[in-house]
Amino acid sequence: MSMTMHVDIVSAESEIYSGTVEAVFAPAAEGELGIMPRHAPLLTQLAPGEVRVRMPGGEEEFYFVSGGMIEIQPHTVTVLADIAVRAKSLDEAAARQAKERAEQAMKDRLSDGEYALAEAELAQAAAQLQTIRRLRQRQGRR
Amino acid sequence: MASGKEIRTQIGSVKNTQKITRAMEMVAASKMRKAQDRMVASRPYADKMRTVISHLAHAHAEYKHSYLADREVKRVGMIIVSSDRGLCGGLNTNEFKVALQTVKEWRDRNVEVDACLIGQKSAGFFKRIGVNIVSQTTHLGDAPGLQDLIGAVKVMLEAFDEGKIDRLYIVFNEFVNTMMQKPTVEQLLPIRAGELDPELKHHWDYLYEPDAEQVLEQLLMRYVESLVYQSVVENIACEQAARMVAMKAASDNAGSLIEELQLAYNKARQAAITQELSEIVAGAAAV
Repeated sequence: MSMTMHVDIVSAESEIYSGTVEAVFAPAAEGELGIMPRHAPLLTQLAPGEVRVRMPGGEEEFYFVSGGMIEIQPHTVTVLADIAVRAKSLDEAAARQAKERAEQAMKDRLSDGEYALAEAELAQAAAQLQTIRRLRQRQGRR
Repeated sequence: MASGKEIRTQIGSVKNTQKITRAMEMVAASKMRKAQDRMVASRPYADKMRTVISHLAHAHAEYKHSYLADREVKRVGMIIVSSDRGLCGGLNTNEFKVALQTVKEWRDRNVEVDACLIGQKSAGFFKRIGVNIVSQTTHLGDAPGLQDLIGAVKVMLEAFDEGKIDRLYIVFNEFVNTMMQKPTVEQLLPIRAGELDPELKHHWDYLYEPDAEQVLEQLLMRYVESLVYQSVVENIACEQAARMVAMKAASDNAGSLIEELQLAYNKARQAAITQELSEIVAGAAAV
């Protein structure tokens, strides 16, 4: 039997996923993390991007997170996402619009605070779009 | 005894009041359901956050964040969550009693209290009491966002960072069920380690990326924010539940009042008729 661990993905608004998985892939601030059972305890920040969980059957599921924290214990992983959504319910048009809006805002030369806000928004939108694109590819392959 | 007309107008006004309280009861009931949903939805996050923090408190970390270290108490901060509106029974009053008791306990030990007030009702009450108010937020509405609270909470966190306060409490109503709300005082800072998970008893520490200070700063900030948010959401559910119960009691009272008045009215009417009759009879006899 292959080893498994427990994963909880929660966002401030609701619980997104809770269950037993083989591996978790998460976009940490320092680069993509692949977590297998019995990983050393780790605490880090998440960048906007997709969290991927691989279930015991080999099936994979995607969740979009717009940042947050991840805590890893040898047999449990907890993703504390700021906003997490099932990748399937992501809206491509909305993401593209958000990206354009953020780029426009950055072009318009804003004050420091607004600039940082726009930058964060842009990173989020870009990550959302990428998640959607990857989801598309995978569906196309099947 | 009041005349028939007077009683009739009185009945009319009580009926009008009853209509209002009944409407308020129904509004509160539907709002309560929504508030409860919100409360339940945000609970997993707060619970998971608590678990992570309790792990963290047991880690043998090289870097000790100030939020985790107990220090001598010279001044305490309190975040007091209340409703914006009244007409919700003894909800706020009971909570303030508990809050005042805590304030008194600290004052007896010569420790002053700084308060951060959330909600109109606490703002009004504590202004009169003479507690030192550092920040306040009112008019949050039924579905407050985290961003509405961050400002007020930040003031307290900064005060803690600068050593102006050495302990931070939050006072709110805990939602037990529709009929019961429990005023609760919880210690936010420094964070207290909960029950120790037997699996984690050995000597260990997290790896931190990029570095411990930055990660902990962000995590602990979020922890406090999520707890405050959870308390506010819970308090709103309590407010609606308490209002529903209070308004139901008011409607019932109005009902029994109307019954009593109706009885008095009937009596008065009959007395008047009897009197009129006897006057007519007496008049006829005199002729």
